Amino acid sequence: MSSTLDNLVRMANQIAMNLKHEADPVGAMAEHIRLFWDPRMKQIIFAHDGTGLSPDAAKAIDALKASA
Amino acid sequence: MTYQPQTDFGTPASRSEDQVTLTIDGRETTVPAGTSVMRAASEQGTAIPKLCATDSLASFGSCRLCLVEIEGRRGTPASCTTPVEPGMVVHTQTPHLAKLRKGVMELYISDHPLDCLTCAANGDCELQDQAGNVGLRDVRYAADATHLGQTKDHSNPYFDFDPSKCIACSRCVRACDEVQGTLALTVQGRGFDSKISAGLSSDNFLGSECVSCGACVQACPTATLVEKSVVEIGTPECAVVTTCAYCGVGCTFRAEMRGEQLVRMVPWKDGKANRGHSCVKGRFAWGYAQHQDRILKPMIRAAASDPWREVEWEEAFAYAASELKRISAKYGKQALGGITSSRCTNEETFLVQKLIRAGFGNNNVDTCARVCHSPTGYGLKTTFGTSAGTQDFDSVEDSDVILVIGANPTDGHPVFASRMKRRLRAGAKLIVIDPRRTDLVRSPHIEAQHHLALRPGTNVAVLTAMAHTIVTEGLVDEAFVRERCDWSEFKDWADFVSLERNSPETLEPVTQVPAADLRAAARLYATGGNGAIYYGLGVTEHSQGSSTVMAIANLAMATGNIGHRGVGVNPLRGQNNVQGACDMGSFPHELPGYRHISDVATRREFEEEWGVALDPEPGLRIPNMLDAATDGVFKALYVQGEDILQSDPNTQHVAAGLAAMECVIVHDLFLNETANYAHIFLPGSTFLEKNGTFTNAERRIQMVRKVMSPLNGLEDWEVTQELARALGLDWNYTHPSEIMDEVARLTPSFSGVSFDKLDEEGSLQWPVNEAAPNGSPIMHIDGFVRGKGKFVVTDYVPTDEKTGPRFPLLLTTGRILSHYNVGAQTRRTNNVVWHEEDLLEIHPTDAENRGIKSGDWVKLASRAGETTLRATVTERVAPGVVYTTFHHPMTQANVVTTDYSDWATNCPEYKVTAVQISSSNGPTDWQEGYDQHARNARRIETAEAAE
Repeated sequence: MSSTLDNLVRMANQIAMNLKHEADPVGAMAEHIRLFWDPRMKQIIFAHDGTGLSPDAAKAIDALKASA
Repeated sequence: MTYQPQTDFGTPASRSEDQVTLTIDGRETTVPAGTSVMRAASEQGTAIPKLCATDSLASFGSCRLCLVEIEGRRGTPASCTTPVEPGMVVHTQTPHLAKLRKGVMELYISDHPLDCLTCAANGDCELQDQAGNVGLRDVRYAADATHLGQTKDHSNPYFDFDPSKCIACSRCVRACDEVQGTLALTVQGRGFDSKISAGLSSDNFLGSECVSCGACVQACPTATLVEKSVVEIGTPECAVVTTCAYCGVGCTFRAEMRGEQLVRMVPWKDGKANRGHSCVKGRFAWGYAQHQDRILKPMIRAAASDPWREVEWEEAFAYAASELKRISAKYGKQALGGITSSRCTNEETFLVQKLIRAGFGNNNVDTCARVCHSPTGYGLKTTFGTSAGTQDFDSVEDSDVILVIGANPTDGHPVFASRMKRRLRAGAKLIVIDPRRTDLVRSPHIEAQHHLALRPGTNVAVLTAMAHTIVTEGLVDEAFVRERCDWSEFKDWADFVSLERNSPETLEPVTQVPAADLRAAARLYATGGNGAIYYGLGVTEHSQGSSTVMAIANLAMATGNIGHRGVGVNPLRGQNNVQGACDMGSFPHELPGYRHISDVATRREFEEEWGVALDPEPGLRIPNMLDAATDGVFKALYVQGEDILQSDPNTQHVAAGLAAMECVIVHDLFLNETANYAHIFLPGSTFLEKNGTFTNAERRIQMVRKVMSPLNGLEDWEVTQELARALGLDWNYTHPSEIMDEVARLTPSFSGVSFDKLDEEGSLQWPVNEAAPNGSPIMHIDGFVRGKGKFVVTDYVPTDEKTGPRFPLLLTTGRILSHYNVGAQTRRTNNVVWHEEDLLEIHPTDAENRGIKSGDWVKLASRAGETTLRATVTERVAPGVVYTTFHHPMTQANVVTTDYSDWATNCPEYKVTAVQISSSNGPTDWQEGYDQHARNARRIETAEAAE
């Protein structure tokens, strides 16, 4: 993985970990990425095969990708 | 404007709401109960002669010059120590009083050098004034025994002490005690032998505990303590009130001038942020403004390895515009971005973000708040609905319990720290949560009830354990929570924090805070009366910075410590205009006023005003810009007033990002470290050279007023405007007030702000709108901005940065009183006498294990990089923790910090880096290589001589 992708995977996992107590953790994470990540960051994580992502992070990214 | 000293009413104002009417010299006057006769007389325009009295200090009654006669009373009481009473009839000028005063003054003058014509305070000396006021014409006493001819103390770089001119009024000693709270000065000896001393008699001012705040100099009625600049230049001839450009306290000063030459900065007594006080930086460290290192001509070069070439402004703007257009055409508009400055004005910041959104055509704008208080913005907006602190600074006067977490206000925010210390000396209780034993933990007449010396990186665990104590011991203010907060969310939070895994006992091995201490601190905060939380970058600069801010908000809501004086959640902002830079839309996802760029209605307002379509997607944050640069897709950056190479984490990554760009435009006072990678340098103007506004940590918008012409020819907002015009934008601002008018049109929380209104009111705390036309000192009084306060579950998540065999110690970083941020300004002042270099603090045990002594050179290494600096062995840090500052570029503390960051905002985790310390013989390869690179990068091509 490139350094940027490494960073994005780590950030995604961090977000998932910190939002796990939300009523809808997957939705909250998807919304967080929608609000704060720029289009290129989203494209890179959307294109990623999911390696290294936690299950909640992967679900949130899939959900956001589907709605994009 | 002719020079006039600030009005001195002699004694402080009374805060009583009861009124008292009396008669002074035949005129009836009404004042608040508790007012002194001296002040009542002064307020009606009668100046009673005085020497030991000044209205910043409690009355003292020693000089015997302010005597008055009061009908029905025997003798001649001192007016400074006599409170008014109903029906009192006072005479301030009678033949008897005149004789007494003249006699007193004669004694003073008999022991004073009569060198008025050559004295630095000539024309600005209270002793001289009062001698004239009482009509002293002759001194009958022989000069047998005097204090004349004593040795002057020139040790302090900013002021002189001449004991021969001292009248032993104790104003300096009292100022150090009452205003500053350092208690460095004292009166040694008794009677005739009394003399002012800084610390021990063997100390001089520089070697004493004096922190050079200037309060003693300001209080001195003679030339005993006088600014060196006054000695050198002369007394000022005019004064302009403006706002300091250091730190988020936002002190207002009178810039006292001779022509366009600054003579001295004197704290403005009517300033609502500083209430007439100052620190060594704002008061004295302004010499950088005229420093020889300032670059005053624009410069360009094709490659960062080339020498700079000086050009005219027109060529610089044209070249910058052509490069930006070329890169946009070649790589796409997303390859461009910019960084606004928390040191620049609101108006300048607004223009930079407008240039990027409307001119570059994207939202790739960020600001240095990314690396300091971005988690404050996220956390407080989420919980309360507003990205700002809740109180004004005055609020601390009503606090009963003060909780300071992750902040070192005596170094970082010294003027507010003095006010906090005054309240603590008056009886408020103190809780300090910090890995280091900061000065606040124990200082004269102050001792923290609880110092929770937590392991770096465990803020959330500590705060959750405090919440556990408050909830499980029944200390919640349920009535407040039910009325003001979402009850369902509170219940979820309360259930979570009540879990045994969040108890102080269970978390003690993680936090290293004894459970009993933590419980006692939590009980004190919850039950000790008005509880106020103050926090700094020790909260935000963590992988859970935003969670920590929300955990703080949870505590305040659970205990009802929100919505009135004495309480609140108070971020201590680092730089002078961090709050303002954030307010002005410097974040890539938000337009001014913290409104998301994706909001169609908000975007439409800006599009209509600016006449362009805006990108609805959030842009890149600083670390993302650098990642994109190293990936080869981000190519141009406009940086105003920031030095990201020195201030941002993982220096080598920042350097790689900058080196990968094709056009780096640095707009700054100096060739800073970032400029070593720049292609265009646009010289900046200092806060003395421009008009505008700053917004401090209490949301207070204050005027910055130009007192001298910009040495480079243009104010910073003009530079940005010219760059925009070169790019084809039709901007035609003629004054920063027009920019603020635009801000007010577009930003609901600023709708009532204008330069005229600020001139009228002195300052305004946003929101300033129809509902609050004169501003909002305290927020969330009747309800939270978001409606119901939101409790957020903040589960402790350990950082990924782990100690281990290779890197067994934890490094945390911070700042020191005498320096500011990356030191670009303060290193170019005499403040270097206090701090010539960054030092590594290490505990004696850790030092002994490594054979390290104070003064030794040591290598500081982490996974990111290594540097060298000298060590100081101290118990201020706990075993396993080391600490340093980041003020000096040759140390480059950020070579070792990592790019781990806050989960919500990407604020770097400066406060936790796993490191190893070992003895060293000299600079690292990186330091040597960087030094050579910097020397090459700063070369300026010599202009060819004209034929």
